[in-house]
Amino acid sequence: MMEEPSAWRLIASADPALFGIVYLSLKISLSAVVAAGLMGFPLGALLAFTSFPGRGALIVLTNAFMGLPPVVVGLCVFLALSRSGPLGSLGLLFTPTAMIIAQAILITPIIVALTRQTIEDLWSEYRNELLAMGLSPLGCLLTLLYDARISLLTTLLAGFGRAAAEVGAVMIVGGNIEGFTRTMTTAIALETSKGDLPLAMSLGLLLILIVIGVNASTWLLSALARRRMG
Amino acid sequence: MKKLIPALTLLALTLTGAAAQEKSITIASTTSTQDSGLFSHLLPIFKARTGIDVKVIAQGTGQALDTGRRGDADVLFVHAKPQEEEFVAQGFGVARFDVMYNDFVLIGPASDPAGLKGSKDIAAALVKIQTQGAPFVSRGDKSGTHAAELALWKEAGVDLGAKRGAWYREIGQGMGAALNTAKAMEAYVLADRGTWISFKGKEGLTIAVEGDKRLFNQYGVILANPAKFAWVKKEPGQAFIDYVLSDEGQKTIADYKIEGQQLFFPNAKR
Amino acid sequence: MAIANLPLILRNVSYRVGEQKLLDDVSLTVSSGAPTAILGPNGAGKSTLLHIAMGLMRPTSGSISWGGCSETTPHRRAIVFQRPVMLRRTVRGNIIFALAQTDCPAEAREGRLQSLLEKVGLTALADRPARRLSGGEQKRVALARALARDPDLLLLDEPTADLDPAATRAVEAIIADAAAAGMKILMVSHDAAQVRRLAGDIHFLVNSRLRESASAATFFSETASPLAQSFLRGDLLTETTP
Repeated sequence: MMEEPSAWRLIASADPALFGIVYLSLKISLSAVVAAGLMGFPLGALLAFTSFPGRGALIVLTNAFMGLPPVVVGLCVFLALSRSGPLGSLGLLFTPTAMIIAQAILITPIIVALTRQTIEDLWSEYRNELLAMGLSPLGCLLTLLYDARISLLTTLLAGFGRAAAEVGAVMIVGGNIEGFTRTMTTAIALETSKGDLPLAMSLGLLLILIVIGVNASTWLLSALARRRMG
Repeated sequence: MKKLIPALTLLALTLTGAAAQEKSITIASTTSTQDSGLFSHLLPIFKARTGIDVKVIAQGTGQALDTGRRGDADVLFVHAKPQEEEFVAQGFGVARFDVMYNDFVLIGPASDPAGLKGSKDIAAALVKIQTQGAPFVSRGDKSGTHAAELALWKEAGVDLGAKRGAWYREIGQGMGAALNTAKAMEAYVLADRGTWISFKGKEGLTIAVEGDKRLFNQYGVILANPAKFAWVKKEPGQAFIDYVLSDEGQKTIADYKIEGQQLFFPNAKR
Repeated sequence: MAIANLPLILRNVSYRVGEQKLLDDVSLTVSSGAPTAILGPNGAGKSTLLHIAMGLMRPTSGSISWGGCSETTPHRRAIVFQRPVMLRRTVRGNIIFALAQTDCPAEAREGRLQSLLEKVGLTALADRPARRLSGGEQKRVALARALARDPDLLLLDEPTADLDPAATRAVEAIIADAAAAGMKILMVSHDAAQVRRLAGDIHFLVNSRLRESASAATFFSETASPLAQSFLRGDLLTETTP
């Protein structure tokens, strides 16, 4: 491909601006994944584990929200964090924190839905054994989360993939401020609009490489764990 | 799993660190000032003089003014004088100052299907485009350039309400995207000269009309009204305005060139 | 509060799912002594009976008590399911997990683990992922997990179904050892020969109903009911429940 050399040149020159963009992208997406995991794992497990009126509707809703449009989430967070919005006094609009919030909202439904499915399947498998060993409901929940950890890692990965790839939400709430809220995806959008398609393409390739790298290392980790734990 | 805890702590630390940057202002500006590279030239010099960090959100002028109306920016740096004056009159801004100008150019495909090349009459050119039904890309995003385009159609006596058809394509995107689209569709498009000069994908496009007085493009700067928005960073915001209006700031703007071409012409009144 | 699980008493226990009766008016007392076996053809309701005896299911009617108490917490009571589920851990991890649910103090677990591994003959496989083991090996892991609870009542659901003769012998030896050490065993089986080898008394369950209760000696010598005789001859085909 014609465009490739400029990507390699950028990487080879260890351009600090490029490094900053990559670092910020990873920081935002990983933070969002961690936040979504902290909310999504317990919620998903609880949903798998309890029965109450409206549970079915809630499951349908979380499944549907897996496809939440990033721009809509971005717009909602924008309106909430804007100085004239309800949370305006926090002064978070156009900051990395706002971008993490938006992405966390975007991927929490993914984590909840996939966690619920995983835990529900494992629970139907483990139920009798755990109850026969006299585990409390909380003990069951913790055991399920622990034993499902490899599948849950894949769940986090799905969330990370979506966070790292989306541009709509971070563009709106981050403002694409150079050196402050510019991520790989917003930089790609910007370079495209500036007509610098080779640079945009290079950044795109770099983003794909990074996502592949994260996935590969997670895969290795879970393959190792599976070999040891079965 | 155990390695996750320190990683999390590290993340939390860097996050709070990022939020704790003092002495910074947010400027809502236009895609033209950012995409042309003016800010990348101007802001490091400003920061070196004052220590103030400037965060630029590049939007269309209409959207930038909206950002200002919500109180989400300290300074506005845009190019649609009537709307800017309205913004100040409504009490959202303190005062508006002329900073610099450049001009708009009508860009078209190298094949020039409407035969406009070399013309200096933008009104006549627009009439030709409409009567021949040559494709025309409009920003359609309430930006300063979009406002200027609509004013020019009016000037040319073309009633877009009645005459618009498949030839007139509103894309609702920024300047660079409009140029990319025009190139792909072999269409005409109105662009600010700064973005055009710095645009990297010029092949297949050329200037069709330039030099008409009506293509004048004035930029202004406004401090958001601290009386209305208590959180506006008044001193550093005013420092930025004072700087771009100062002799040194004006010279810095004039010094910004791409391939020997000056992009913006300072014209602050004093 | 070490509650003894014996005697285990079921009074007029029925279990229904919709219209279908899985157990119909079963009364039965299990006291200490040699293993008690529930014998019967497939689909008779044996597993349902064992789940109820473990306290994992409540009868739809009738009552159940363990040592005079109807509290269902499985204290010093353990079960090996027909198809035991291995936790996603090593053999060692599975047994340690079971030990962690008991009163066994943390520092004593490693010692208990070693003696349990030895008892079920899995010492060499301790660090293998449990889910990768063969059916017979998994059954032995499940036995070790059950024995880890130091039960006074051990329930076994078809302990050797799907096992080859060698594995069957190994598991039966473990059962016989446990019984000899004073542990009460209630086992469910469709294998008359095995029941004859292990059990002291026998309850014969067909089509959700208890048809006969007798000592092993009586049951196999002068079988009273024609139903039991036809089962032992291999002629009994249970009519599918309506």
